[in-house]
Amino acid sequence: MSDDKLVGIVLVSHSGAVAESVAALATALAGGGATAPVAPAGGTEDGGFGTSSELIARAAAKVDRGAGIAILTDLGSAVLTVKALIAEGDELPDGSRLVDAPFVEGAVAAVVAASAGADVDAVQAAAAEAYSYRKA
Amino acid sequence: MLDAAFFRHWLTSAAALVDREAERLTQLDSPIGDADHGSNLQRGFAAVATTLEKDAPATPGAVLTLAGRQLISTVGGASGPLYGTLLRRTGKALGDAAEVSEQQFADALRTGVDAVSALGGAAPGDKTMLDALVPAVDALGESFGAARDAANEGALATTPLQARKGRASYLGERSIGHQDPGATSSALLFDALVQTAEAGRE
Repeated sequence: MSDDKLVGIVLVSHSGAVAESVAALATALAGGGATAPVAPAGGTEDGGFGTSSELIARAAAKVDRGAGIAILTDLGSAVLTVKALIAEGDELPDGSRLVDAPFVEGAVAAVVAASAGADVDAVQAAAAEAYSYRKA
Repeated sequence: MLDAAFFRHWLTSAAALVDREAERLTQLDSPIGDADHGSNLQRGFAAVATTLEKDAPATPGAVLTLAGRQLISTVGGASGPLYGTLLRRTGKALGDAAEVSEQQFADALRTGVDAVSALGGAAPGDKTMLDALVPAVDALGESFGAARDAANEGALATTPLQARKGRASYLGERSIGHQDPGATSSALLFDALVQTAEAGRE
């Protein structure tokens, strides 16, 4: 199966290690066969904690297959930076959107859905639905 | 009328003030934030000053738009997209005019402040930069000096407030009694504005 039409997933965390680990976890849990393109954008460019618009833009360009990009974030500046990039700039590919979802659970749901060929609306819905799963 | 040189001077002055006050901003950010506000803004505004010197955009709108973009890409904390949106949206509102009136600038800055409010979902009283920006932009039609005074009073008035946005809000009532670093740095923008206007008159 070609991944020409798969939705791309970008995972933005304050920590590079968190973004990379969640990307690896979500890809592993998406199981066999082709998985949707996933790119982490964690921390700052010099490896510190924080948010980098450059890393986000690079990750988005890397996973862009023309079917839209679902961006999941952790908190604070990660959320605000993605919102600012989408509202104001031309740094992100067309069809990029911030998805309101819990970071880990949402990432798994988004990668599973995108890997099954879901469109960006369905990927967003799958990720957001992770909020409704109560743990206690 | 205010031209591109005025706006470049303004942001360069702001960069110098942020540099001077960076340590104090970080100290304010230590009890209620993550102790990086001064260093983050210092890095961002230094990049703005360098870029404006190198590129020297020809219109007020282009100066502010470029500066905003630079802040978003270099600050690395929440103040980057917030200040970046403030300047970029203000710049877009000014369009391509070679010169703008003080009233046009005041109107454009209000558009920028509204965009900050929308981005962060905050309102005055939440103990954020808006507690300085909103009173300042309200007074800007009167004079730059009135805006500076309103911004500084607004920043001081954040001390008894309980934070309702950002990391400080996790502290609940323990955020009371600390002046908000974002409101404090916002007031520096208006200090720089007055400095720039006074330098132009000399």
